[in-house]
Amino acid sequence: MSTPYRAPPKQSALQWAKANLFATVGDTLLTLVVLAGVLWLSWTVFDWAILRADWVGETKADCTSGGACWAMVTARWRQVVAGYYPEGHLWRVAAAMVFMALAILPIVIRKLPPWTLALSPLAVVGAFAVLGGANILPRVPTDYWGGMFLNVLIGVSAAVFALPLGVLLALGRRSSLPVVKGFSILFIEFVRGVPLITLLFMSSVVLPLFLPAGVSFDKLIRALVVVTLFSAAYMAESVRGGLQAVPKGQREAARALGLGPFRTTTLIVLPQALRIAIPAIVNTFIGLFKDTSLLYVIALLEVTGVMRQALADFSWQGLEAEAYAFVAIVFWIACFAMSRWSASLERQRGPRTRVEEPA
Amino acid sequence: MISAAKPDRPPLGEPVVEIEGLHKWYGQTHVLRGVDLAVRDNEKVVILGPSGSGKSTLIRCINGLEPHQEGSVKVTGVEVDADTGQAAAARRKTGMVFQQFNLFPHLTVLENCTLAPMWVRKVPRKRAEAEAMALLERVQIAEHARKFPAQLSGGQQQRAAIARALAMQPEIMLFDEPTSALDPEMVGEVLEVMTELANAGMTMIVVSHEMAFARQVADRVIFMDEGEIVEIAPPDEFFTAPKHERSREFLSRIL
Repeated sequence: MSTPYRAPPKQSALQWAKANLFATVGDTLLTLVVLAGVLWLSWTVFDWAILRADWVGETKADCTSGGACWAMVTARWRQVVAGYYPEGHLWRVAAAMVFMALAILPIVIRKLPPWTLALSPLAVVGAFAVLGGANILPRVPTDYWGGMFLNVLIGVSAAVFALPLGVLLALGRRSSLPVVKGFSILFIEFVRGVPLITLLFMSSVVLPLFLPAGVSFDKLIRALVVVTLFSAAYMAESVRGGLQAVPKGQREAARALGLGPFRTTTLIVLPQALRIAIPAIVNTFIGLFKDTSLLYVIALLEVTGVMRQALADFSWQGLEAEAYAFVAIVFWIACFAMSRWSASLERQRGPRTRVEEPA
Repeated sequence: MISAAKPDRPPLGEPVVEIEGLHKWYGQTHVLRGVDLAVRDNEKVVILGPSGSGKSTLIRCINGLEPHQEGSVKVTGVEVDADTGQAAAARRKTGMVFQQFNLFPHLTVLENCTLAPMWVRKVPRKRAEAEAMALLERVQIAEHARKFPAQLSGGQQQRAAIARALAMQPEIMLFDEPTSALDPEMVGEVLEVMTELANAGMTMIVVSHEMAFARQVADRVIFMDEGEIVEIAPPDEFFTAPKHERSREFLSRIL
C-alpha cells in the first residue's frame, strides 16, 4: 500500500506573526518600535500632504492651514503640463501625446507584429510636426514647449530611437569585423564614460563653436540627439547581456538548418536575447525618463524647470518641499508604472524564455 | 574498405561524404590528425571513441559548423568549407541533431520545424506546416506540435529536433551524441526513431556510445582516438574481435 496523500501543513496569520515578529522579548520590542516609527511617519506625511494641505490660491499667502501648499502647483497647472505652449493651440500638445502613445504601442501590446516597431519613429516625427507646425500650422518655437509633456516627448522619442540603435551597437560590439567592432566599443565606452549633464552642456555650448556660422540646430533637437545617443550606449550593454545569455548551440542549430547569419540573428538570437534583456532594457528606459529632468540645465523648461521657475517667483518663494515633492511624485508614478509593466512582460514571456539547460 | 549493406537493406550507393587528409587545429591543439573516410549513400556509420578523440569535431566538419585547415571534406562531391553558394547547397544536404537538442525555445515545436523550410527552402507556410506535421507524426509527437520546447520531456525534445532536421529534406543525417543528455528511460524512444529512419534508407553518421544500437543498425563502426581513425570494422567484428590494442582497451572500459 502506498502512503496516502496529505496536504502540506498550514500556518495561520497569528502563528506567522508570532514566529516572525514576536518570537522573543527583543523581537517584540523591535517590532513595536519600528511599527510606531512607520505609523508616525505615515501620519505626518499624510497630515502634511493631504489633511492640512491648501489646494488653491494665488500666492503663498493664501496657504494658511500650515500643511503643504499645493496651490503652487494648481495655480501654474498649465505650465506644469505644457510649459508656455500657446493657449489656443493646446490641442496640438494632446495630439502629440496621442502620437507618443502610438509610438510605444508596439512595445506595450505584444499581439502586434514586431515590424510595427519600425513605425514608431514615424509617430515621433508626427508628434514633432504637429507641435512645431511643419509650415502648415502656425509655428510654435521650441522655447515655448515645456512641462511634463516635454519630459514625455523627449523620453519616448529618445527611447524609440535608442532601442534600435542600442541593438545595432550591441551586435556591432560582437561583430567579427574589426572596424564595426572598434567603432561600437569606442562609442559605447566614450558615451558611458562622460556624465549626461556634461554632454548636454557640450551640445548647447561647445557644439556651436565647431559649426559654421549660420548653421544651428534647435536646442531641443540637440538635446534629443544627446539623450538618445547616451541611452543607446546603455541600451547596447543591456542588449549585449541578453545576447551573451543565448547559448552558442542556438546559432549552431540555425546554421545547421541552412539559415544565414542575418536570419540567424534576426529570427533566432535577437528574439531570445531581447526577452532575456527585458528587465535591463526597462531599467534603461526608466533611467532615460528620469534623465529628462536634467534638460532644465540647458534651459529647457521640463517639469523640474517649471517648478524651479515657480520657486524663483516671489509669490511662491520658500516652497521647495512642495516643489520637489511634486516632481518626485510625477517621476515616481511614471517609473513605477514602467516597472510594473516590465514585470508583467516577464510573466507573460517567462516560460518561453526558458532555455534547455545542459545536463 | 569493407562496406556491404546489412542483409535486409537495399545495397549501398555511391560515396556521398568523402573526407581526405583532414587536419584541424583549435589554436595550438591538433584535434584531427589526418582523417580519411568515405560514407556511401544509404550507409549507416557509428563513430565511437573516448572523449576528446575528435569524433564530434569530425561530424561538425561534415556540415561546415567547424572550418578545417588541411585536407578536404566533400558532400556529394562539393567541398563544404568554402564561401560559395555551391558549398552552402552541399551543407544543406546534411541535417544535424545535437546532444543538447538546441531547439529554439521561443518557437513552438511546429514553428521549430517550419522556420528553416519557409525561410531557406521558400516553402509556403501551409505546405511547410503540412510537411512538418507529417514529420512530427513520424517521430510520434504530433500532439505536442503547438507546445514550446520547455514543456516537453528530453526525449520528446530530441525527437522534435530530429523532425526539425528532417524538415530540410537532408540526404545525410548527422547525430552528435543524440542520447547522451537524456534520462535513461528516454533513450529508447529516441533510438527507436533513429532505427526507423535507418530502415527507411537514410544515410546516417552517428556519434554515440549506444552499443546495442551500433550492433543493430551500423554497417560500419569507426573507432577514433587522439584525432585519428584507429579501426573501421563491421559491428559484429569490432565488438567481438577488435583488431587494435586501443580499441580493446576502450571496449574493456565501457562494456
